[in-house]
Amino acid sequence: MGEKVLMKGNEAIAEAAIQAGCRHYFGYPITPQTEIAAYMAKRMPKIGGLFLQAESEIAAINMVYGCSSAGMRVMTSSSSPGISLKSEGLSYLAGADLPAVIVNAQRGGPGLGGIQPSQSDYFQATRGGGHGDYHMLVLAPASVQEMAELTVKAFDLADRYRMTCMILADGTTGQMMEPVSFDFVPGEPVAKPWATTGTKMERKHNIVNSLYLLPDVLEQKNIERYEKYEKIKETETMAEEFMVEDADIVIVAFGIAARVSKNAVIAARKNGIKAGLIRPITLWPYPEKIVAKAAEHAKQFISVELSMGQMIEDVKLAVDGKAPVSLCFRAGGMIPMPEQVYDAIAEADKKLKGGN
Amino acid sequence: MVVFEKPHALTDAPLHYCPGCTHGIIHRLVAEAIDELGIEGKTIGIAPVGCAVMAYDYFACDMIEAAHGRAPAVATGAKRANPDNIVFSYQGDGDLASIGTAETVHAAARNENITVIFVNNAIYGMTGGQMAPTSLPGQVTQTSPYGRDPKVCGYPVKVCEMLAQLDGPEYLERVAVNSVANVRAAKKAIRKAFQNQIDGKGFSLVEVISACPTNWGKTPQEALKWIDEAMIPYYPLGVYKDRSKEAAQ
Amino acid sequence: MAKVTFATDTCKGCGLCVDACPKGLLQLSKEKINKKGHHPAEITNQDECVGCASCAIMCPDCVITVER
Repeated sequence: MGEKVLMKGNEAIAEAAIQAGCRHYFGYPITPQTEIAAYMAKRMPKIGGLFLQAESEIAAINMVYGCSSAGMRVMTSSSSPGISLKSEGLSYLAGADLPAVIVNAQRGGPGLGGIQPSQSDYFQATRGGGHGDYHMLVLAPASVQEMAELTVKAFDLADRYRMTCMILADGTTGQMMEPVSFDFVPGEPVAKPWATTGTKMERKHNIVNSLYLLPDVLEQKNIERYEKYEKIKETETMAEEFMVEDADIVIVAFGIAARVSKNAVIAARKNGIKAGLIRPITLWPYPEKIVAKAAEHAKQFISVELSMGQMIEDVKLAVDGKAPVSLCFRAGGMIPMPEQVYDAIAEADKKLKGGN
Repeated sequence: MVVFEKPHALTDAPLHYCPGCTHGIIHRLVAEAIDELGIEGKTIGIAPVGCAVMAYDYFACDMIEAAHGRAPAVATGAKRANPDNIVFSYQGDGDLASIGTAETVHAAARNENITVIFVNNAIYGMTGGQMAPTSLPGQVTQTSPYGRDPKVCGYPVKVCEMLAQLDGPEYLERVAVNSVANVRAAKKAIRKAFQNQIDGKGFSLVEVISACPTNWGKTPQEALKWIDEAMIPYYPLGVYKDRSKEAAQ
Repeated sequence: MAKVTFATDTCKGCGLCVDACPKGLLQLSKEKINKKGHHPAEITNQDECVGCASCAIMCPDCVITVER
């Protein structure tokens, strides 16, 4: 332990899942996340686990549903178009309060889109994706090391809260290679007395279900779920703050966009511009308090995204009108260069100093 | 001595099915098989979407309610998680042969070691009587009000015949529950489909021709007769695949 | 001697048992109405019942218990 190995982000996710006790993986090939399936296919049979290639993303997520019902730590992975197919299952998992870990290595969309990195599934991930009132936990890694650590955390959170937890990665973080250490300890296993493992004629039957035909009962179920969500917001929100304390201009960016932005912030500081960076690590729950706190002193926010501007809505909600929020983006599989972000910071600085 | 009573593997919840609907008979046959094989404590049932959606309240074993058509995938997940459990899905024709065709075919192709009870009543019951993938040519339903026209809607899906083309499945049989003799035969087939799973033989599907008097617009008695006169001629009863038996011959 | 008993309140009055009885001993009650509002099945002549259980086999609602 403690030793670092050079790995692709997607492989780090797969290895971390195994170390977190996941022994069941169901998936369907799609670029750019196929390394996860390939890694699982190679490793699982060697450790008494199961890799099963399903006939579709829909079947894969429903195999996850069945396996999670049986109390197992289970995972699937896909990329944007595949996540759309899984969305039905995500809603059912939420409705039945089943834990599961889902990886989305995002690519550009809509439709078949492209196979280059993107962050344009932000709405889909943070708003649930499928139908009905629900949320998933959404974690956004920005390095290969974090892909491993957040995967282990995802399993712990999913079990603790009986929720689906999505690793919202992208084609870049999935494909890039970095040294990673697996020097971490997964949380204690959570008891699952609700699991359908057979009554053994010792208890009343367990039922895993999302159907409630009486509207008042269904309403109450949803209210209870949202009470749980409030608790999660209080305790599980995570973000990295970089030079935010005295910043006039605050960049908000996650995943690969945050790494690009960090370089721009450093460059801006060198040139005397008081810039900072907030990097949400949990996208749901969103670190709204951290953004709101920054809004007490910051004069300009810039949301940097690999999309036409999705997270910017959450930034605006958190800033709550206290400062203007602008967008710096590339989309469709393009990635912004640090220079583009720097220019956005410099332009904002010029405006602030020019007083208009 | 009691020679016939409600099986233990059924709960006391009253069935919500319409009068004369034979879902109740099929539920009972499944429960009897579970009782006789002594597997209630390790059986997991997967309920469909359709009339049998609330089967999770009726079977006394652990139950999972699946999304429409996805029961074979859910069953696959449950069975692969705990191979010692006995896992069965209970699905209607819309669930299994329309929206869930892919899941059905591939579970069969994988010879997934599960038991599938397929209730074919040639109509969508829960939503009020629309055309099913198994509705007969000419059959009048809410969405084929002038009779199912194959030129427009194509032909019914014959599930046992279709799956029999695959190398995967272990056992496929079509039965009916419209007479005492047919119910007895159906019971035997269902029990075999569970026994196969216990023996690790693989995918076993029993297609049960069932009556829907309400949406067929018939009395319960007329409905049973229509099974004989219209359904069975189109969907002949019998064993479509029995791999172990074929291998032994 | 055989005996059939009916869990009358769960009977839906579909009459499948009536047709199934080889000796024609069953009928839907002409007077009684159960909790569900159906005329429940009943036996007309218990003494002639041979306990073949055909009625119970065709009952979709497990209404009938047969003893022999």
